[in-house]
Amino acid sequence: MTRLIHLFLVFSLLSVLAVGGGTAVLPEMQHMTVHTFHWLTDAQFRSIYSLGQVAPGPNMLMVLVIGYKLAGWAGMVVVGIAFFLPDCLITLFVNRWWVHLGGWPWRTSIQRGLAPVAIGLMTSGTFAIAKLSIVNVQTLAIAIVVFGILLWRHLNPGVLVLVGGAVYLLWR
Amino acid sequence: MEEEGWLDDEGFLGAMEISETLPGLNAVNMAIIMGDNLRGLAGAAVSVIGMLLPGGIVVMVLGILYQSNHSNPDVKRFLLGIAAAAVGLLSAVTLQIGRRQFRQLPDYAIIFLTFLAVSFLKLPLLVVLLGLGPISVWLYRPKVSKPRAADEHLPFHRGPRHHLFRH
Repeated sequence: MTRLIHLFLVFSLLSVLAVGGGTAVLPEMQHMTVHTFHWLTDAQFRSIYSLGQVAPGPNMLMVLVIGYKLAGWAGMVVVGIAFFLPDCLITLFVNRWWVHLGGWPWRTSIQRGLAPVAIGLMTSGTFAIAKLSIVNVQTLAIAIVVFGILLWRHLNPGVLVLVGGAVYLLWR
Repeated sequence: MEEEGWLDDEGFLGAMEISETLPGLNAVNMAIIMGDNLRGLAGAAVSVIGMLLPGGIVVMVLGILYQSNHSNPDVKRFLLGIAAAAVGLLSAVTLQIGRRQFRQLPDYAIIFLTFLAVSFLKLPLLVVLLGLGPISVWLYRPKVSKPRAADEHLPFHRGPRHHLFRH
């Protein structure tokens, strides 16, 4: 029960702090689940993150697997609600008020000002996954090639990521 | 969305604006806004469930398979390759979204400071957001208030009160 409460608190905090989306909270999520609560190892966190990359829909659905691994089906439900519900309620509320804020000059300032913060946080999220997964020349090469391909053509990222996994599996 | 006649470009861009500024996953925020605008609370609930349920089921199936095979070296290797590919993907996404902001010096400064604070100073996310968020918003504060504030210090040409003083 204590663990469920901890899971709820951690993931609802992450939900509210997710300015810039899921990638933006990855460093904090890794810090809390691996270092603060010792729920997972770095390698487990990385593997579960990879599962989210393979599944359709938002990658951050992988938090469900974290919840399940730590506290079974109840953990999955608690983490799912904690991570998604607060943001949904905030968005619902703001969406209904946004029109009324039309004439408020700070609306544009908030939008404009939070954008670079969000990009900085996404950079940190990318860096966190890089530190966990770029372990040798092959993994570095896979990351660079995927990056290059995506800047060149808009291919399906899910397929590319799967190919990346297969290439590394076979490349010994 | 356009095919169904649910939304025009302007509505889509407006929804994007809100989704990107608010915390939470963009796709989920978009689903909430579109559902809410079309069918209110029920619409928002249905579209979020539609957005999350299929992927949620797949990720849980994978998660359960992973639980029983997590010590298999091939599984580990495959997942590590996926994570490495994801780094390329995340870098490309971050760059593409960031390009829109890569225009002014303050943007570079805020991006760099945020990255430094989280990845190297290891400051808690809450502290980073409460610290750099307001600073960054202040850098882009409304410009209209400036000329008005300057006017306050001009004693003349201001209206009937000053007009009376001069006579």
